[in-house]
Amino acid sequence: MLILHCPYCGVDADETELAPGGEAHLKRAGPDSSDEEFHDYLFARENPRGVHFERWRHAAGCGKWFHAARDTATLEVFGTYPAQTTEPPREIRARISVRRPGWTWREFS
Amino acid sequence: MSARIATQGRLIDRSRPITFTFNGRRLHGLAGDTLASALLANDQVMLGRSYKFHRPRGLIASGPEEPNALVGLGEGPRFEPNQRATTTELFDGLVATSQNHWPSLDLDIGAVNAALARFFPAGFYYKTFMWPRDFWKKVYEPVIRRAAGLGAAPKEPDPDSYEHFHAFTDVLVIGGGVAGLQAAKVAAQAGAKVLLIEQSPHWGGRTPVDGGTVDGEPVETFVEKTVAELALMENVTLRTRCMGAGVYDHGYVLGYERLTDHAPLAGGPRHRLWRIRARRIVTATGAIERPLPFAGNDVPGVMLASAMRDYVVNWGVAPGQRVIVVTNNDDAYRTAITLKRAGLDVLRILDVRNAGGGALMEEAYALGIRIDCGRAIARVSGGKRVAKVAICAHEGEGGALEEVACDAVAMSGGWSPAVHLWSHCGGKLIWDETQAHFRPDTARPPTGADGEGFVIPAGAASGELSLDGVLSDADATGKYAAKAVGCKLKRTKVPTCAGPEEAPMRPVWLMPERARVALRNKAFLDYQNDVKVSDIQLAAREGYESVEHTKRYTTLGMATDQGKLSNINGLATLADALGSPVPEVGTTTFRPPWTPISMGAIAGEARGEIFQPLRRTPMHGWHEANGAHWEPVGQWRRPYAYPRPGESLHDAVMREVKNTRQSLGLLDASTLGKMIVKGPDAGRFLDMLYTNMMSSLKPGKCRYGLMCSENGFLIDDGVVARLDDETFLCHTTTGGAERIHAHMEEWLQCEWWDWQVHVANVTEQFAQIAVVGPKARALLEKLGGMDVSREALPFMEWRAGELADFPVRVFRISFSGELSYEIAVPASQGLALWELLMNEGAEFGIAPYGTEALHVMRAEKGFIMIGDETDGTVIPQDLGLGWAISKKKDDYLGKRAQQRPHMTDPNRWKLVGLETLDGSVLPDGAYAVAEGVNENGQRKVQGRVTSTYFSPTLGRGIAMGLVLHGPDRMGEVLEFPGTDGRSIKARIVSPVFYDKDGERQNV
Repeated sequence: MLILHCPYCGVDADETELAPGGEAHLKRAGPDSSDEEFHDYLFARENPRGVHFERWRHAAGCGKWFHAARDTATLEVFGTYPAQTTEPPREIRARISVRRPGWTWREFS
Repeated sequence: MSARIATQGRLIDRSRPITFTFNGRRLHGLAGDTLASALLANDQVMLGRSYKFHRPRGLIASGPEEPNALVGLGEGPRFEPNQRATTTELFDGLVATSQNHWPSLDLDIGAVNAALARFFPAGFYYKTFMWPRDFWKKVYEPVIRRAAGLGAAPKEPDPDSYEHFHAFTDVLVIGGGVAGLQAAKVAAQAGAKVLLIEQSPHWGGRTPVDGGTVDGEPVETFVEKTVAELALMENVTLRTRCMGAGVYDHGYVLGYERLTDHAPLAGGPRHRLWRIRARRIVTATGAIERPLPFAGNDVPGVMLASAMRDYVVNWGVAPGQRVIVVTNNDDAYRTAITLKRAGLDVLRILDVRNAGGGALMEEAYALGIRIDCGRAIARVSGGKRVAKVAICAHEGEGGALEEVACDAVAMSGGWSPAVHLWSHCGGKLIWDETQAHFRPDTARPPTGADGEGFVIPAGAASGELSLDGVLSDADATGKYAAKAVGCKLKRTKVPTCAGPEEAPMRPVWLMPERARVALRNKAFLDYQNDVKVSDIQLAAREGYESVEHTKRYTTLGMATDQGKLSNINGLATLADALGSPVPEVGTTTFRPPWTPISMGAIAGEARGEIFQPLRRTPMHGWHEANGAHWEPVGQWRRPYAYPRPGESLHDAVMREVKNTRQSLGLLDASTLGKMIVKGPDAGRFLDMLYTNMMSSLKPGKCRYGLMCSENGFLIDDGVVARLDDETFLCHTTTGGAERIHAHMEEWLQCEWWDWQVHVANVTEQFAQIAVVGPKARALLEKLGGMDVSREALPFMEWRAGELADFPVRVFRISFSGELSYEIAVPASQGLALWELLMNEGAEFGIAPYGTEALHVMRAEKGFIMIGDETDGTVIPQDLGLGWAISKKKDDYLGKRAQQRPHMTDPNRWKLVGLETLDGSVLPDGAYAVAEGVNENGQRKVQGRVTSTYFSPTLGRGIAMGLVLHGPDRMGEVLEFPGTDGRSIKARIVSPVFYDKDGERQNV
């Protein structure tokens, strides 16, 4: 039963208010993509033990989607931020570097 | 015999007798008794039979760790099986029955299992019930089911009420023993908001029984004073009878409060489930004494030394008159001393340690108790209670040196911290070589959102077993927790305690050390599941190395007590058999709840009417008053049909279909989802969401659209109406409204956030009524108002206007194939319009119709239904809906997916109509068989039924289905075997059974 801070309405939301949305920062592969690109977009997911970026929706609250950076093993939450971005904000990445020096996730570090 | 004694009994009130029954026998107890202590006071030593061998069993413990004394409590709908007698407070009129025996506790047929014990080795079920395969269903499963399981579930609904309660606190202290009290006090003194919960009705834990002094006063005084202090503090909440059941992520804890179990006549809810969020959790959950594994350690009358002491001190009950104490540590001497002082005969203390113990041994010796060092129990004899003990050297094979008659045995194998709550959320353990137990590794706690440990063990739960150690640890823990939640610590004095110096314990995993197999075969580890030392050793020989596998193979620790007494002994036995150190073998996973909690508490208030909110359309009451037979659709109830008096449901559906096709029908379509999609980019957005082109739709027009997931599969359909240049109204399926709204929001917020579009779900803002049938136009014209002629309002268009002064939007769309107007009005006016239509329509033969008539009519027309023709694996192309897929668009959700090879595979099953040769109705979901069998020996299949009805219009069964190469096989006959052995033959036809050219809807 996680608690995540909704960056839109400012509520520290209980997991019962939230709907999970899987991995964050997916890049949509459109009609021109190759079979492999499309397969990876649709199905290939990170499954880290450690730093992870996820999408969540404050479903039983303000209804907004946001991203959460957290550690899947220790459940530490490094921060949440609006979904309208293609990559993790710099300050979130800096915060993770303090707690998990040398971390990497996909192309980010 | 066991009996009440004249002295002791700190928890009972001798002036308040209580009457209760056990197996129908009236017995007497005292206020303050537990069911266990009261039964023991009545010389009821044997309380039940074990699960597998049906061996007689009695009390082992005095608290929640008790594995044997499980009884059925209450009667009728209030009957509850598997309740622990040790945690059941006695009340007047309590009714208890023993379990797992037939025909009676004393005479039990199943006990023959014990005689056959050598045929029931570890993994018996896995080894025996393997083949022949056919035996499973008819022989093995029924037999196992009858034999398995303790107690029986009540059949009637639970008449009691339950509730959930949300609580937020800085520091939650679980356990109200001296450690919990001290930790709560110092945290509260520092200003933290503290919630202290204790599972039993009493504060102080077991320390008042064990004795000692705090700051020069008896420990009982310390408990009273501390509770009084805490009760006066405004930032402290105290709850007894409230158990910490489970610790979960980010400081979430379930508390289980039993409010009226001890006072069934009191009002209010029976149990309360506390849903607690705590910033820090102090687990002051104490420790559990371990049994000693010797032969006959399950004979009624063999008890944990601490429990025996509890029965004497707390309830004034002597479990026996002539007692032998066997131990590997100093603590059991307290029991010997207590019993002796209470006037009971302590025949012998058998201490496996060659040098014996410390100060407590001196005290016992001074009382005249005989102490034999280096000695052990070879075997306890007796059927339904202890009769005698064979004594041997501990460092031997069990050759008896002498036999001593006695009627009770107190055993102590050392203490294990109750680490369950620490471990629930990932707290790690370390092996303490000196105490031979696992204790919390405070360097590796479960961590919270801030990355810091949020559970902190205190006192015995962290491995401190002396009073002084417990209190100083608890004091430090309370301060640590308060500091962690941002409080400033006050300078307070750590209590100073006095207690005897204790000598080191000696780990014992088998007694005697090299016990012969005959003895190991009777040395029980898990009492409730009848797992013996020999079973674990056999599992190890058979190659089980992982403790988790061994647990499942032997069922060690899998009973309702979850191995509270057996786990450490069991894994030490496994480690020994494997020749590995104990910490290498490790423990099994600790999972919530700490002890079982009631299903009622989990459900809370969510039962009956408020189990799930019911959504009602504005016309719901009218339907109810007019005999609607309801069908649940999502959270809505929709009328399935309106049967008239004397009419069957089927006949009602047939009548409704005919009446609508011939005259006039009225359908409540309010539950259909209605999404307003608005903004400069609305058309562009809908072009991505639907497979069709929506941006080209003109205001005033309607278009049927399909929605697919990014994976290509059809997820919803409905009619889209363009309200104006920037605004669309998208209809969704009834069940899909919330899901599709969320789908739209997801793509808008997460992918196309720079597009200027808003989505609003206005499903409940409008009532929608379908006026359907050849006389639909005549009725609307009679109401007066807007022009609804064919010219002014053609098929697949919509107009806003007024009908009989109602502000309406009228959509000329049809899901029945008839002339049809769907009229949307503000929800507040829905019922009035419905009633007006019913009244004015009487002359045209109007009748309401339900969802089943809707289904039959759409099937007659070959219209698909999401959830019938689709199941998450079907694409529009499978359903002959290629016409609704735009070829002009570069992109839409699902387009790329539908280009994958398996989506364009010509062997995908395709939609066809199916017409039975004999006119009967195909079973829903039936498969069309093909020649040959697959690799599992099953008939090959070539299609399946997706919708099937009796058509009153055609007077025969009709169906739709997905069939291999279906559209190319018109006229072929397929065979559909039913589940009743019969086969039905059906011909492949067009899915459009009625009015193929659509003339009726287009008039």
